[in-house]
Amino acid sequence: MKFTWFNLMPWPHLPDNFREEYRSVWVDIPTSLYDPVRGHELYNVYLDELEYAESLGYDGIGVNEHHANAYGLMPSPNIMAAALARRTSKSALVVLGNSIALYNPPIRVAEEFAMLDVISGGRLVAGFPVGTSMDTNFCYGQIPGLTREKYAEAHELIRRAWKEDKPFAFNGRYTKLRYANCWPKPIQNPPPIFIPGGGSLETYDFCIENDYVYCYLSYSGYKRAKQLMDGYWQRVEDAGKDMSPYRAGFAQTIVVAQSDAEAERDYRQHIDYFYNRCLHVYPGFADAPGYRTIKTLKANVTSQMTRAAVGDVSSMSWDQLVNQGYVIAGSPDTVVEKMKEMITGLRVGNIFCLIHVGDMPKDKCMRSTRLFAEEVMPRLRNMWPEHADDDRFWIHPVTQSARAEAPSIVGG
Amino acid sequence: MGTQLLKISAAPGVEYEIEVWQSGSGPDLLFLHGAGGLLRDDPFLAALARHFRVSAPLLPGYGTSTGDVHLRDMLDFSLLGYDIWDALKLHRPLVVGHSMGGMIAAEMAAIAPDRIDRLALLCPAGLWLDDHPVTDIFTALPFELPSLLLHDPELNGALLSAGGDFDDPEFLTGFMVENSRRLTTAGKLLFPVPDRGLANRMYRIRARTEVLWGKSDRLIPPEYAREFARLMPNASARLFDEAGHMLPYEQTDAVVAALLNLHN
Repeated sequence: MKFTWFNLMPWPHLPDNFREEYRSVWVDIPTSLYDPVRGHELYNVYLDELEYAESLGYDGIGVNEHHANAYGLMPSPNIMAAALARRTSKSALVVLGNSIALYNPPIRVAEEFAMLDVISGGRLVAGFPVGTSMDTNFCYGQIPGLTREKYAEAHELIRRAWKEDKPFAFNGRYTKLRYANCWPKPIQNPPPIFIPGGGSLETYDFCIENDYVYCYLSYSGYKRAKQLMDGYWQRVEDAGKDMSPYRAGFAQTIVVAQSDAEAERDYRQHIDYFYNRCLHVYPGFADAPGYRTIKTLKANVTSQMTRAAVGDVSSMSWDQLVNQGYVIAGSPDTVVEKMKEMITGLRVGNIFCLIHVGDMPKDKCMRSTRLFAEEVMPRLRNMWPEHADDDRFWIHPVTQSARAEAPSIVGG
Repeated sequence: MGTQLLKISAAPGVEYEIEVWQSGSGPDLLFLHGAGGLLRDDPFLAALARHFRVSAPLLPGYGTSTGDVHLRDMLDFSLLGYDIWDALKLHRPLVVGHSMGGMIAAEMAAIAPDRIDRLALLCPAGLWLDDHPVTDIFTALPFELPSLLLHDPELNGALLSAGGDFDDPEFLTGFMVENSRRLTTAGKLLFPVPDRGLANRMYRIRARTEVLWGKSDRLIPPEYAREFARLMPNASARLFDEAGHMLPYEQTDAVVAALLNLHN
């Protein structure tokens, strides 16, 4: 199993009446709610937490990209990964990822990912999301009906830029480069590539054909993910590929305490902040027309688009969130049991552990992070013994002797 | 009266099937619909067909028309407009465009000014004024559309939903799917800001042009009427009371009279 400790980096100071006063946590939320001086401390705390996770033995530490989003303060995940590259030495740097259709020209992603891989000594996991409609269409202005075509072209350019050892001309529809020439090249060529998906057949097939890791990054937990992941595995089987669980990843909110009661007592308010405040997204931003395929759209309920649903600010309770699997919470024993159910049920070898949640303060976050590392992870390590030697989908860093001397490396 | 399916082969591998609604007799009139497409039993087209031979093509993504993957930018849309015109063998038609269709019609008139003598733009898209931003149609929820598009949502609301109920989840799902198809196409011209450089090219338009606008247009404010007229050498603007963005449907008789006047 590979465990990546993930931090969304939410803004923890949204007002109590946020949902009543503001229509969305994303896209048009005013920056009057942000305070850069408090933000200074916050970024540093969040980076401390990621570094702490490495010191406890998490296989990866993860960052991602969002724009104009008060629960995801990383418009540039590569800046965060660069900071972490110099302060860590073992964990994979899981950048999940760069929305490649947004970079102009997209060879910028090939270059920056190569820099991160070289600085870190071959520890980059490269994520290539299409990006959400909120980020890609509404904040970054990409035309919804052309986004996927632009994404596919950007992907082709990046892969080729890593592969070619001399300049080449790239005559794309969206990007034209007379001299495409990626300096530097990554150490891992290519690095493991992770693709966030939301259930479309096209994305299943894209991952299967390229041996990329299919990642389902939902906040709604493992019980609701079963159907989507079953669809993926069926597609893998139909394609005649091996069924290695390392072909898949899943994000799960997890909090660990000494007992179930203590978990509820200590983490309930932070879970509430995330699920009932941070996820308040205006439904008009959720799906720019053309962003999803018609087939996907038909499969989804649109009841959130009614007048009644838009005005609804009812909250999900701790019991609902825990019982329905949105959140795995409790003592190490409870968490181990539920994690096993998730890992086998979804057949996943990569877990993105959302352990910092909402407005959780550093001390609680560190406690939960440590308990998971010390009392949960060891009991889940060998969930897939028949695939123990499968290293195709994870990082291949340089050997210890080739590693740069860097005085600031923690535990290096 | 009826519809025909027009097959248009453009470049190798580029094929369109265009559903064209046709009715009436008399001088040719080419109608280009807005982002919402044609309405069921379209009452505006029916009224026009009493005076003109009306041809109203549905763009790819609308109705049964196909080929939307080949449409990417303004030039693709404008040339498809002429390809349809040629395939229909229209004779010096009066060209009428509503909303997004007005944007396409103006663009067609700018790139081939000799082909269009008479042009009517009904609440057209295509310009951007910082002081009067166009409302973002792409974030609008279905139940908000009547008040956004109509002067009188109470009286005329059924126009948009063809009698359905936006608070009924089943109707809503069907509407969302069709609306998503339509706006996928429309987004290529209108998202995120409906300006593809038309203002730089409108000086070329030689057609006698009427710009007609609803005074209660809450999607594209009526301030744009003057701007459109200012940018064309041979145009005048006229505003209508008791009409919103769906001007041709809320003031059908007055708009038809204005078009007859323009034609004569």
